[in-house]
Amino acid sequence: MSFLNYLIGGISLGSVYAIIALGYTMVYGIAKMLNFAHGDVIMIGAFTVFIATTQAGIHPLAAILLAMVICTVMGILIERIAYRPLRGAASPLAVLITAIGVSYLLQNLALLWFGSNAKSFKSVVTIPPLRLAGGALIISGETIVTIIACIVIMIGLTTFINKTKPGQAMLAVSEDQGAARLMGINVNGIIALTFAIGSALAAIAGVLLCSSYPSLDPYTGSMPGIKAFVAAVFGGIGSIPGAMIGGILLGVIEIFGRAYISAQMADAIVFAVLIVVLLVRPTGLLGKKIQEKV
Amino acid sequence: MAMLEVKNLHVYYGMIHAIKDVSFEVNEGEIIALIGANGAGKTTILHTISGLIGARSGSIMFEGKETTKIPAHELVSMGMAQVPEGRRVFAQMSVYQNLRMGAYTRKDKSELDSTLEMVFKRFPRLKERLGQPAGTLSGGEQQMLAMGRALMSHPKIILMDEPSMGLSPILVNEIFDIIKSVNEAGTTVLLVEQNARKALMVADRAYVLETGRIVNSGDAKELMNDDSIRKAYLGE
Ligand SMILES: Nc1ncnc2c1ncn2[C@@H]1O[C@H](COP(=O)(O)OP(=O)(O)O)[C@@H](O)[C@H]1O
Ligand SMILES: [Mg+2]
Repeated sequence: MSFLNYLIGGISLGSVYAIIALGYTMVYGIAKMLNFAHGDVIMIGAFTVFIATTQAGIHPLAAILLAMVICTVMGILIERIAYRPLRGAASPLAVLITAIGVSYLLQNLALLWFGSNAKSFKSVVTIPPLRLAGGALIISGETIVTIIACIVIMIGLTTFINKTKPGQAMLAVSEDQGAARLMGINVNGIIALTFAIGSALAAIAGVLLCSSYPSLDPYTGSMPGIKAFVAAVFGGIGSIPGAMIGGILLGVIEIFGRAYISAQMADAIVFAVLIVVLLVRPTGLLGKKIQEKV
Repeated sequence: MAMLEVKNLHVYYGMIHAIKDVSFEVNEGEIIALIGANGAGKTTILHTISGLIGARSGSIMFEGKETTKIPAHELVSMGMAQVPEGRRVFAQMSVYQNLRMGAYTRKDKSELDSTLEMVFKRFPRLKERLGQPAGTLSGGEQQMLAMGRALMSHPKIILMDEPSMGLSPILVNEIFDIIKSVNEAGTTVLLVEQNARKALMVADRAYVLETGRIVNSGDAKELMNDDSIRKAYLGE
């Protein structure tokens, strides 16, 4: 039964990576940039819920909504203030370095506001664990909620992109910004929308992550952010199903690596897998072949 | 008053002075051809009119309104559409989705359906390929899609950048027939072409562009008989 336990734990952790990876992959697909501050938005989301529930006594569900609003506003502001002025800059490195700078800024602001002590995050999940096979297999409420959230987000996002006008505009912008502008699409608006959605998802990911792994400090978002980035590349950056599959596989590999190979080496194993996949398939599992525009 | 009036336009790419003091006008109902060799600056002019590139100086008036400071996406709802060079259809999206993107700025659903019918009447082949990803269409079909997509916004003026590029002679004729009939249905056309002969045949008036400057202009039929034009652009 431990194999099944690990598998379910891996899918659960992977679901969190997947939700974060969606933000990376959407921003990459649409704004053609790597938003390395994305992981830190997760941490801000988790802190918002922590403060709102412990100090303001707000109901956890309301706190999650508040965190989503705050992260959304933050995502839009970061894009507007830090990234948009650099769009069209001579070197794409300018915006990449800025993103790393924003990441440190968020971590340091959190350090300033919340201190460096790890907080013990109280899970927002109240549903009881599921006991299967006469108690041999226990699936925690957090795991159930995380996996369901991931599925709902995936379906919701796919529907949004395929069925709504802004969703279609996102697809058009991801293919050809210039042509999209000739259609009357406000490209800056669509990019802002992409940051908004990615950041709202990051808030949810932060809460789910800290509900399962309850230690919260200013660096909490950093490692999951990097792993979610790896997941997005692994699945094929720019691809939404790719982010999903990449995230879940990464979570499973990490938990199996931790359980069967070495707990200390788990992260190294994750990155080794990425390197192997990229050697075999440079565009990732579901990545499109890169088309050069004339 | 001309529908579109370009005055003393200068455009730069960094240090490169690509468009030098270009002035021309397009009256309502006309087909105006802008001809010139590869690299003359034709695409640059269309992109500047559409707002994709900024002008260094000069003015562009569309229906009496200065447009050089208006963002590209707002020009579409003012009645300007472009069929870009190389078609630039959204390859991963279906033919139908591409056409819907063309109508992005339009709100009225029933009006949209009638425009769609009009586009299908003009391009029956698009109707047959509605669910197919645009990237899988042939070059000619992609050109038709790019034109249909531009028509979906119900433009007053349509800017076409080398619509005949890379097409077989039969398709080239078909495309020019369509341009003619789009114009007859009431849309003003600014046509950019390297295929000067074809362009001069459908156009009312034409301007000749050489290395960023307008060097000749006039009635299209007269230009076709101009010796220097015949030598340089009609291969005679
Ligand atoms: N993005 C760009 N950066 C720098 N120079 C450019 C760019 N696009 C075009 N040019 C230059 O501007 C001039 C005009 O180009 P273009 O408008 O594309 O000509 P045409 O459409 O007539 O072939 C050419 O010399 C070309 O090399
Ligand atoms: Mg050109």
